[in-house]
Amino acid sequence: MLGMLVLIARRLGQSALVLLVMSLLVFVGVFAIGDPLAILVSPDATPEEIARSARELGLQQPLWQQYLLFLQQALQGNLGRSFAHGEPAMALILERLPATLELAISATVIAIVLGIPLGLWAGLRPRSLSGQSIMAGSILGFSLPTFWVGLMLIMLFSVWLGWLPASGRGPVQSVLGLPLSLGSSEGWRHLLLPALNLALFKLALIIRLVRAGCIEALRQDYVRFARAKGLHPRRIIGVHVLKNLLLPLITVIGLEFGSVIAFSIVTETIFAWPGMGKLLIDSINVLDRPVIVAYLCIIVLLFTLINLLVDLLYVLLDPRLRPSTATPQRAGT
Amino acid sequence: MSARELLRGFQRSHLAMAGLSLLALLLLLALAAGVIAPQNPYDLAQLDITDGRLPPGERLGSGALALLGTDDQGRDMLSAILYGLRISLLIGTGSTLLALAIGLTLGITAAWHGGWIDALIMRVADIQLSFPAILIALVLLAVFGQGSDKILLALVAVQWAYYARTVRATALVERGREYIEAARCLALPGWRILLWHLLPNCLPPLIVVATVQVASAIALEATLSFLGLGLPITEPSLGLLIANGFSYLLSGKYWISLFPGLALLLLIVSLNLVGDRLRDLLDPRLQ
Repeated sequence: MLGMLVLIARRLGQSALVLLVMSLLVFVGVFAIGDPLAILVSPDATPEEIARSARELGLQQPLWQQYLLFLQQALQGNLGRSFAHGEPAMALILERLPATLELAISATVIAIVLGIPLGLWAGLRPRSLSGQSIMAGSILGFSLPTFWVGLMLIMLFSVWLGWLPASGRGPVQSVLGLPLSLGSSEGWRHLLLPALNLALFKLALIIRLVRAGCIEALRQDYVRFARAKGLHPRRIIGVHVLKNLLLPLITVIGLEFGSVIAFSIVTETIFAWPGMGKLLIDSINVLDRPVIVAYLCIIVLLFTLINLLVDLLYVLLDPRLRPSTATPQRAGT
Repeated sequence: MSARELLRGFQRSHLAMAGLSLLALLLLLALAAGVIAPQNPYDLAQLDITDGRLPPGERLGSGALALLGTDDQGRDMLSAILYGLRISLLIGTGSTLLALAIGLTLGITAAWHGGWIDALIMRVADIQLSFPAILIALVLLAVFGQGSDKILLALVAVQWAYYARTVRATALVERGREYIEAARCLALPGWRILLWHLLPNCLPPLIVVATVQVASAIALEATLSFLGLGLPITEPSLGLLIANGFSYLLSGKYWISLFPGLALLLLIVSLNLVGDRLRDLLDPRLQ
C-alpha cells in the first residue's frame, strides 16, 4: 500500500513538473516574445486602462517576478478578459467545457462500442471478406481528414436525407448541475452526427488494435490450452483474449482522449457545436488573445491530467507494474 | 533495392499498382494545370460574377463548359481544383522535405553523439509528440499569424520529430553493424563514415515515413485551411476550396465542396496506398 502511495506521489510530482515547464513556455510565448499589452489588453482600450493593466501585470518588475505574478494569476483563473465578450477568458472557456466533454465522451463511447466487436470479428476471421472489408474501412477512417468526413455526413444525413440537424447543440437540460444534451431526444439528434464524426478516427484505431491483439492472442499457449481444456469459444474470447487486450486498449483510449479533444476543434467548427474548440477558432479569427492563452493553459492541464490518469490506471490494471506490497518471505523463516 | 525491383514489387499488388497509377495521374494533372485547365482561376479578370454557382455541366457566359460547375465567384471548379491540387501537393511535399532534412540531421546527430545532446533532442521530440499535430499547428498559427510561409513553418514544426525518432532508431542499430566497424578500422574520418556509410543506410525507413507523412501534411494543411487559418484566399488550396463551398452545402449546392473534396480524397488515398506498399517492400521485418 505504501509502495502504491509513493508511486502515486512520484507520478503527481512528474505531472507538476510538466505543468511548470509548460507554464514557463506559455509565459515566454506571451511575455518575452510577444508584447503582453498587445496580447492581453484590448486594442481599443484607453491609455488609462492600458496603464492600469500594465500595473496589474507587473510589467515594470523584473521578468522572474512577472512570471510569478502570471503563475499566481493563472492559478486563480485570472488570465485577462476576452476582448470580444468582455468576460474573464477562463470563465468563458470553462463555460464551454461541458459541451466539448460531452461530445468527446460520446465519441469515445461510440468508438469503443463499435470498435471492439468489429475488431474481434476481423481478428477472428482475418481472411474472410467481412474481415477484409472491416480493415479496408478502418484504413479509410485513418487517412480521411476529419473535416472531410464531417462534410460528407452533413451532405448525406442533413441535406439529402434530411434525417438529422446539421448544426448547433439543440436544447440542453441540467443533469447533475451540468448542461447536457443527452436529456432530450432532440439533444440526441443534434449530438449524433458530430459524435460520429469525431469517433471515426478513434474507431479505426480501436479496430486495428483489437484485430492485431486478437490475432496475436489466438496464437498464444494459454488460448490453445483453454481450447484443449474444452472451454466454450465464447469464454475463451470473452475472458482470455479480451482480458489481455484490455491493457493496450485502455492506454490507447486514454491517451487518445486528449487528441479527441484536440480534434473536436474541427468537428465543433463544422457542426457549429458550442464547445471550447469552436470558441478557440472564433477567438483566433478575431484575434481575441486572452481566450487563446486561457485555452492553451486549460488544454495543457487537461493533457497532463489525462496522462496521469492513464499511468495510474495502468498500474491498477497490470499487477506486474505494481510495487510489491510485501517483502517476499524467505523460505524457512 | 533497385528501382526495377521496387516496381516489380508494386506490380505484384493490384491495389498498390492502382494507387501508384492514380498518384502518377494526379501529379501529372497538377503539373500540367497551367496548360490543361480551361481557365486561370487566379486571374480575377477572367472571372465573371454572373457565372457564380452554376451547377455542373452548365455553360459560362463566355460559352465555355463548366464541367464541374462554378463557385460563388464564378470560378470554374475544374480549373480551381487542378490549381488547388498543385498548391496542396507543393505545400505537402515541400514541408515534408524540409522537415525530413531537419529531422534527419537532428536524429542522426542524436544517435552519433549520444549523451546529453541525444537526451535533449529526444526529450523535446517526446514532449512534442505527446500533443496532437493539429493542436501544435493551431497554436503556432495563432501566435505567428497566417500566410503561406507560416503554414509551411507549422507543418515542418509538427513533422520533424517523426523523422528524428525514426532516423535515430535506425542509426543506433546501423552504428553497431560490421561495415561501420570496418570503416572505422580503415581510419576514415568521422564525417565520412557518417555521411557516406551511415546516412544512406538510414534512408529506406525514412522514405516510408515520408510518403505517409506527405499525405498527412496535405490533410493537415487542408484542415487548417478549412478552419480559415491556412493559405490566403487568392490562391486556394483544396482545403480552402472545400471551406469556400461549405456555406453553400446546406442550400443544396453540393458541387462547390464535393468535387475538391473528392480530389483531396483521391490524393490522400493514393499516397497511403503507395506508402503502405513501400513499407511492405522496404521493411525487412515484414518479408
